[in-house]
Amino acid sequence: MLTEKGLWARLRTRLIFTGPTLFAFGTVMIIPFLYGIYLTFTNWDGIAVEQSLVGWDNYIGVFKDTVFWKSFVMTLEYVFITVVLTNAVAFLLAYAVTRGIKAQGLFRAGFFLPNLVGGIVLGFIWQFIFNQVFVFAGQKMNLPLFQASWLADPDKAFWALVIVTVWQYAGYMMVIYIAGLMNVPKDVMEAASIDGASNRRMLGRIVLPLMVPSFIVCIFLSLQRGFMVYDLNVSLTSGGPFKSTEMVSMHVYEQAFLARDYGLGQAEAFVLFILVATITLLQVYFSKKLEVEA
Amino acid sequence: MMAGQSRMLGMAKLCSLIVAMIVFIFPFLLLISNSFKANQAITSDPLGLPASFQWDNYVSAFDKMGYISAFGNSLLITVLGVVLIALFAAMTAHYFVRHNSKLNQYLFFLMVAAMIIPFQAIMIPLVKIYGSLSLLDNKWSLIYMYIGFGSPLAVFIYHGFIKSIPLELEEAALMDGCGRVQTFFRIVLPVLLPTSVTIAVLNVLWIWNDFLLPSLVLTSSEQRTLPLSTFYFYGTYTVDYGPLMAGLVLTLLPVLVVYLFAQKYIIQGVMQGSIK
Repeated sequence: MLTEKGLWARLRTRLIFTGPTLFAFGTVMIIPFLYGIYLTFTNWDGIAVEQSLVGWDNYIGVFKDTVFWKSFVMTLEYVFITVVLTNAVAFLLAYAVTRGIKAQGLFRAGFFLPNLVGGIVLGFIWQFIFNQVFVFAGQKMNLPLFQASWLADPDKAFWALVIVTVWQYAGYMMVIYIAGLMNVPKDVMEAASIDGASNRRMLGRIVLPLMVPSFIVCIFLSLQRGFMVYDLNVSLTSGGPFKSTEMVSMHVYEQAFLARDYGLGQAEAFVLFILVATITLLQVYFSKKLEVEA
Repeated sequence: MMAGQSRMLGMAKLCSLIVAMIVFIFPFLLLISNSFKANQAITSDPLGLPASFQWDNYVSAFDKMGYISAFGNSLLITVLGVVLIALFAAMTAHYFVRHNSKLNQYLFFLMVAAMIIPFQAIMIPLVKIYGSLSLLDNKWSLIYMYIGFGSPLAVFIYHGFIKSIPLELEEAALMDGCGRVQTFFRIVLPVLLPTSVTIAVLNVLWIWNDFLLPSLVLTSSEQRTLPLSTFYFYGTYTVDYGPLMAGLVLTLLPVLVVYLFAQKYIIQGVMQGSIK
């Protein structure tokens, strides 16, 4: 490739092309991230101009904060259940809308709809459904399961969060699975069907193995979104009743901005980052091993 | 007989799809129906259709949410954020691909690796740093932050695509006397259009609906975005369901209108974004 003559000309081109992105990226992500590591060793309360170094106290605080670990374990359960359910539902939907049924586009558009709307609005809509609609229907039709609001019961409130999450993300993952299904080579499928393979056999032996990259992407995305759930948590249950559905991301927010313990909050956020990064990298590493070539 | 059986099976599949579809869009239908009802009709029969249309719900929601201002803020932040992310990221990715030096490889790797950092690990220092510089409560800061958070994924996606563009195209333009910048805008950027649509779709979905970052950055009510004003409106108004439902519909409305026209591009954009 042609390159400019002279150091100044080269530097100028570099600055024009990469300057804005790298400056914003550096000052919004890298510097705060590094400064955040430093903050975990301080005791800033959000008001004081100066903070003092407290060594490993915040990390010891993280291990002593039983509420943090309780919400962390609950988040793990929530992530596990939603990842499995979201991907199962999404794959089924994708499989159903790629089989040549009329108005496929309309179905796809409908299933994708919740993803256009932010978690805050979705949470409020479902809060109304759980508090008013389900209770009304439960009393009218005498269904004990719905006679009291799910959001007032700690266990059921957790499942309410799961249901809304699956409903929200299944359509998004469906779109990714559709792309994967359409990439399965037609000639391989034809050859298999000439050889007399049944639909189920083709699904198990050809489609699913070739779909591994889609599963990696979808599980990665649903893992990350699950761990970071905040909007829906705030608007559907606000962590209640009695903090029973406060997911870890919301706990970090409360610890820092409401309890005004920024050092401890940041240390918890950092512990969360390490754990999430480890889990997602392990997931990608192990699922990459399953990939096959057509 | 075989044909009849498979037609029956096809009908059964179609029916289960229709049922699934109703389950998926039912919450929205319910919301719209209740947004036209009086409070008493909502609580006594949330499933019934509206007997008369209470446009008052909309008038009061529109007013109390500060809808115009919130919509304007959201629009400005989303449009500027998305355009600048796409433009700067395309330039950066192009430079990284065409000047494949060790330094650029490291920088690219750093950006890709940073994608795994969750926002929660950054938000506290971010608020502290930008607060001490008096840069909070300002939509321009928010747009700037979106560029920082949005550029890694955009650079990554553009990077993958630019590698497949033949170099000769650009060399010819350079030979003919176009400068670097001119070559980029005249030759490269038009070729990148399909990828830019993908980037735009992914970023619009994210920025338009984002709640946590604006809630940390924007504090005064006139700076609020739509999700923020919805949140405050709902939080201070929990008794009167009519206006609340109307408020939620008002927040949904712009999204539904855009979806109606750009549905194909939105679904395609998400698809393309996931393959890379």
